Amino acid sequence: MKAIIHYFKTIFAALKTLVKGMAITGHYFIHPKEIITQQYPENRDTLKMFERFRGEVVLLHNENNEHRCTGCSACEIACPNGTIEIITKRVETPEGRKVKQIDRFVYHLSMCTMCNLCILACPTDAIVMSNDFEHAVFDRSQLTKILNKPGSKLMEGVRH
Amino acid sequence: MMADKKAGLKSQEYFINMGPQHPSTHGVLRLLLSLDGEIVKKVEPHLGYIHRSIEKMCEFDSYGQIVHLTDRMDYLASHINNEAVCLAVENALEIEVNERIKTIRTIIAELQRLSSHQLWWGVMGMDLGAITTFLYGFRDREMITDIFEETCGARLTMNYNMPGGLMFDIHPDFQKKVKAFLKHFKKKLPEYDQLLSDNVIFRERTVGVGKLSKEDAISYGVTGPTGRASGFSNDVRKQEAYSAYNKVNFKEILYTEGDCFARYKARIDEMWESMHIIEQLIDNIPEGLYREKMRKVIKLPKGEYYQRVETPRGELGVYIISEGGMSPYRLKFRSPGFSNLSALDHMARGSKIADLVAIMSTIDLVIPDIDR
Amino acid sequence: MVFNIYDFTGLTEWIHEGLSRSLSPGLTLVVEWALIGAGLLTLVALLGLVLIYLERKVSAVIQQRMGPMRVGPWGMTQTVADVLKLLLKEPLMTRNADKFLFNLAPFIVMTASFLALGALPFALGLHIMDLNIGILYITAITSLGVIGILLGGWASNNKFSLIGAIRSGAQIISYELSVSLAILSIVVLTGSLQISEIINTQQNGWWLFKGHIPALIAFVIFLIAGIAELNRGPFDLPEAESELTAGFHTEYSGFKFAFFFLAEFINMFILAGVGAILFLGGWLPLHFGIDNSFNHVMDFIPPIFWFFGKIFALILLMMWFKWTFPRLRIDQLLKLEWKYLLPLNLLNILLMAFIAMQGWYF
Repeated sequence: MKAIIHYFKTIFAALKTLVKGMAITGHYFIHPKEIITQQYPENRDTLKMFERFRGEVVLLHNENNEHRCTGCSACEIACPNGTIEIITKRVETPEGRKVKQIDRFVYHLSMCTMCNLCILACPTDAIVMSNDFEHAVFDRSQLTKILNKPGSKLMEGVRH
Repeated sequence: MMADKKAGLKSQEYFINMGPQHPSTHGVLRLLLSLDGEIVKKVEPHLGYIHRSIEKMCEFDSYGQIVHLTDRMDYLASHINNEAVCLAVENALEIEVNERIKTIRTIIAELQRLSSHQLWWGVMGMDLGAITTFLYGFRDREMITDIFEETCGARLTMNYNMPGGLMFDIHPDFQKKVKAFLKHFKKKLPEYDQLLSDNVIFRERTVGVGKLSKEDAISYGVTGPTGRASGFSNDVRKQEAYSAYNKVNFKEILYTEGDCFARYKARIDEMWESMHIIEQLIDNIPEGLYREKMRKVIKLPKGEYYQRVETPRGELGVYIISEGGMSPYRLKFRSPGFSNLSALDHMARGSKIADLVAIMSTIDLVIPDIDR
Repeated sequence: MVFNIYDFTGLTEWIHEGLSRSLSPGLTLVVEWALIGAGLLTLVALLGLVLIYLERKVSAVIQQRMGPMRVGPWGMTQTVADVLKLLLKEPLMTRNADKFLFNLAPFIVMTASFLALGALPFALGLHIMDLNIGILYITAITSLGVIGILLGGWASNNKFSLIGAIRSGAQIISYELSVSLAILSIVVLTGSLQISEIINTQQNGWWLFKGHIPALIAFVIFLIAGIAELNRGPFDLPEAESELTAGFHTEYSGFKFAFFFLAEFINMFILAGVGAILFLGGWLPLHFGIDNSFNHVMDFIPPIFWFFGKIFALILLMMWFKWTFPRLRIDQLLKLEWKYLLPLNLLNILLMAFIAMQGWYF
């Protein structure tokens, strides 16, 4: 007799736990307002990334097409993956002095791990991490970027 | 089996390759199963499918650069991995970071533990066939990753630690958001219990399945919640308190059953403990620098250094041999997943295929951590 | 007025008379068969689309997602897009697979579903074949599907598939008993196996309410065992995604896979239909007492809507189960059947027979 009571007790206890679980899913089923999905490409206009989000390295330019990069290669040394290549050239200033300037600031986005070490290494705060995260391209070669804009030059007064 | 032999029918064991592509191996783990019908006779894990030779790469990187590689080992506990390397380097240089750094490190490490356990809970449910848990786990984890993104700049591979401190100071909203999360999650965690822990099917699937005795846990080196569920007290946070763990009070979760359900319960309880730890620290983060003044080029004095920390999966050890140069002569990671996986064969023998899946998900494997 | 949404008898007779006026009797039969076939095909196609969409949306809302949203408004045509994709996929086959059986298996599963669909009464007069052993016929035909699953798993030449197929065999043979016994406990009350007869006995109330507690127990057992027979929800061991990748249909791709997939949904519809017929009065409206205004309002809703409404309510319940519970293990599955469902069922039938004998139902 005891065994029979126990048998039915286990059945009811089991059913109770099942109903308890269904109460949770049932609650969410009748509360579609609690849906947390974001419709990503549609909400592009309102989507705001956090300020510190690391999307890619950019070289800042001001309105006169000037940047702050002196070509010291500190970022190139700091980078663990060889993502940054800085190619410098010697230019003659109007005064007749020969100075080092960046020719190309090559950035291999495909190799970058967004570790932020280059930004910390930069002595002149020339580069920052931007929030842009839409990096998909059809051709791998497009991921190799030249960060200094054509014709840009070093900002006045920035010295390593 | 015996009846078959008498009747002249031959039955034999057969092999199945579970993985490298399989829904429940959580990555590219390959298990060579030896089966007798549905009964598992032997499990042979084969590794190497995601080997990136991180240890070798470390030998060519400076100590500052090594940190970001550890993000990619146990990607669910990247902050704690970073912390391990940073602590090792700081200890070698005999630098004591200030209390602010220690406290922030601890809070973020506990948030990381929470997020890792949330993901594990979701995946555990999915492995047992309840797909809904997966999305509930991710729903709550999302709040933590948002907090990380705001303060550390990334969601998964954060690289927030540096030798000598942190990369940035905490975001002004950090404390507010963490408190909001704790409030939210305290309401949701009992739902986890209602949905899965109390469920009769779930109990049937886990109670008494995949037993691991304390002796076996010790001899296999099984650490973390997996080992603690067998009664093996091994919490590094208690035994060798690093960062701010000596300032907070929390319980070390110990179970003695050693089965899947004990491992499950150990992690659920650990989530409560983590929340408890964060609550103690979040309101009193001391003032101070977020990064100690360090020399630009870090050179470790000649010698051998070992530092261990508690990741969500167990004990992570970093062993550095330095010859005095800019990069280590040899760096070895003692990853928790590797030793925990080694006990899988012992636990799974004689159980069904479905049990193997349950055992695997209660070990909480992260394959890049095993393979490095 | 030939077309009457409350009674389709006029419509079917009108078609029959119209055809026999211009055609010979044999040809009339052929044309009628063709019409029925076309009707069933349309129904299956529509059901596939609707049920798959429903499953996606229901699971999505339960999981706090939105589900398909991109193809068409609210992702309505997502299923159409998926069917097109499956049609265009390459039909792959493993080396050394048994080609004939491999190709035959999905058709067996599909045929079984189709045959069972023919015995369902959709509304008054909209009933393809009203056999005098209708319920028995449905239980017999639906269990044919397992042959297809076994063949598919065996012929795939894949160990995962084989394990899934064998599991399916063990599962369906066990749960067939419980489903049949649960059906039997209602048959005890009705005294007939004919579907129209069973529905007619529920004019004054559904068996779920009239049959007291034994009917309720039978209903619960019928649902549990039925879901297990469908290989669905917490009993999806033959597929068991996290254990056997995809179980018996691991190696199937393209349209052969679609057949297995569609058959699962059609079987779900059939199970819900049988449940509705036996326990919820088929296409009969909900009545309380005799001749009051509530009953008249209920009568105003056409029977076809009642039938489909009941079916979809049961299907929703099944989806709710599936998206809440973890999966059982094979030995627990068999334990549930042989140690719990079967003894309870036998006891229940005894109780039901006693009630029927005493005439305690009303």
